[in-house]
Amino acid sequence: MSKPYYDAADLRKFGNITDWSKELGEKFFDYYAKVFEEGALTAREKSLIALAVAHTEQCPYCIDAYTKDGLERGITKEEMMEAVHVGAAIKSGATLVHGVQMMNKVNKLEM
Amino acid sequence: MKKSLSATNNSLANTKRQLEILSNGIFKTELPTFAQKIQETQQFPIKPKKLEILQINLGYMCNQVCAHCHVDAGPDRKEIMTVETMKLCLDLIKKTTVHTLDLTGGAPEMNPHFRWFVEEAVKFGVQDIIVRSNLTILRANKKYHDLPQFFKTHKIHLVSSMPHWTRGKTDKQRGEGVFNKSIEALQELNKVGYGLPGSSLKLDLVYNPSGAFLPGNQEALEKDFKKAFQEDFDIHFHSLFAITNLPISRFLDYLIASENYEDYMHALVDAYNPEAVANVMCTNTLSVSWDGYLYDCDFNQMLELKVQSSSQHISEYNEKLLENREIRIHQHCYGCTAGAGSSCQGVVA
Ligand code: SF4
Ligand code: SF4
Repeated sequence: MSKPYYDAADLRKFGNITDWSKELGEKFFDYYAKVFEEGALTAREKSLIALAVAHTEQCPYCIDAYTKDGLERGITKEEMMEAVHVGAAIKSGATLVHGVQMMNKVNKLEM
Repeated sequence: MKKSLSATNNSLANTKRQLEILSNGIFKTELPTFAQKIQETQQFPIKPKKLEILQINLGYMCNQVCAHCHVDAGPDRKEIMTVETMKLCLDLIKKTTVHTLDLTGGAPEMNPHFRWFVEEAVKFGVQDIIVRSNLTILRANKKYHDLPQFFKTHKIHLVSSMPHWTRGKTDKQRGEGVFNKSIEALQELNKVGYGLPGSSLKLDLVYNPSGAFLPGNQEALEKDFKKAFQEDFDIHFHSLFAITNLPISRFLDYLIASENYEDYMHALVDAYNPEAVANVMCTNTLSVSWDGYLYDCDFNQMLELKVQSSSQHISEYNEKLLENREIRIHQHCYGCTAGAGSSCQGVVA
């Protein structure tokens, strides 16, 4: 049977990336942990940002992880979906705004 | 209304079947057993400390049939503690160092001798009498409407379940209409003085996740609950205890049916915190079942794992024998030691 590229159980092995490059791996996880600490933004706000970005990055591992993280924090599904829409709006806006570049180019090249 | 596992002849109503599921599969191949895990830090066997809390299960009857219930309680359960057994419990308080009585069920209020028992316990001067009230029972029937006043008279400490501050999540776990009734009950309790800032009438809430995930940070959840309850309903309470759902009974049934069992057990084992082991509630608590048998905790009671001692019934309570027992553990104990740990009083580490 063919195996899919993504396997949900692989998320549990994420920590193993330090195996082949201990120093860089550990530096990454230290940084990661620091980023998600309560700061000027609450850990709850950070979780919702992470969820939105997980969608725009289309990372199935991060989507699973931050959906679960949101549930653990008591974040409701309505809040989660709004965050995903924020991500989607920025992503489509970012696509569309490049249309200006296209328009500029057309205007420059056309007589 | 939904029914208990035992009323629907579900195979998981048989505790042997539950233990079989917990023992086999992933614990044979991928995951260490709880006993192996606590051996790593020389914490095996778990031994009891001084007995402080007597948790008494007054019966499995309940007006609700919550999806996660580890008791498999419901209106169809008829097991109820008799006055004779209650008297044995009172004798036990007299001759031990117990300072806290923790009354649970089912809905403990549905035991016909509930009020008598509370009044007797008060006479004995127990320091803290906890009633685990599901809230809706206070609004279920006229005969329970004066309970807030009764609790106030006897300065009962109330601990009540509330899985979320939104209606949808609460009703999904605990049944249609439960959220509104719980809110009404909380308002009634606030009215007589329970849960108000600075009030000595203690009202604490218990939060447990409404699905196959672990509870988040207890403090943060308490803050969110308080904010939502105050803004939406002008409701006050004291503390929030976050409790992990243990993989037994109806929650185990849900985990298996929703194909979450393996992931959930992995999550519990990944979150294992050796520091929580020293303070799991079985170390200072004894649980008495409706029929007077002794257990290390309410969860072991539901798995029919009686204390490992020749003193197994309250009628033959023997302090020395019980002090020397080893606490019976199984894979469900991972639920008490995940993350910040979890007990009937919330986090332990
Ligand atoms: S969780 Fe509590 S309220 Fe719900 S069915 Fe079980 S005993 Fe009753
Ligand atoms: S389930 Fe019971 S016996 Fe096991 S650790 Fe928790 S309190 Fe102790």
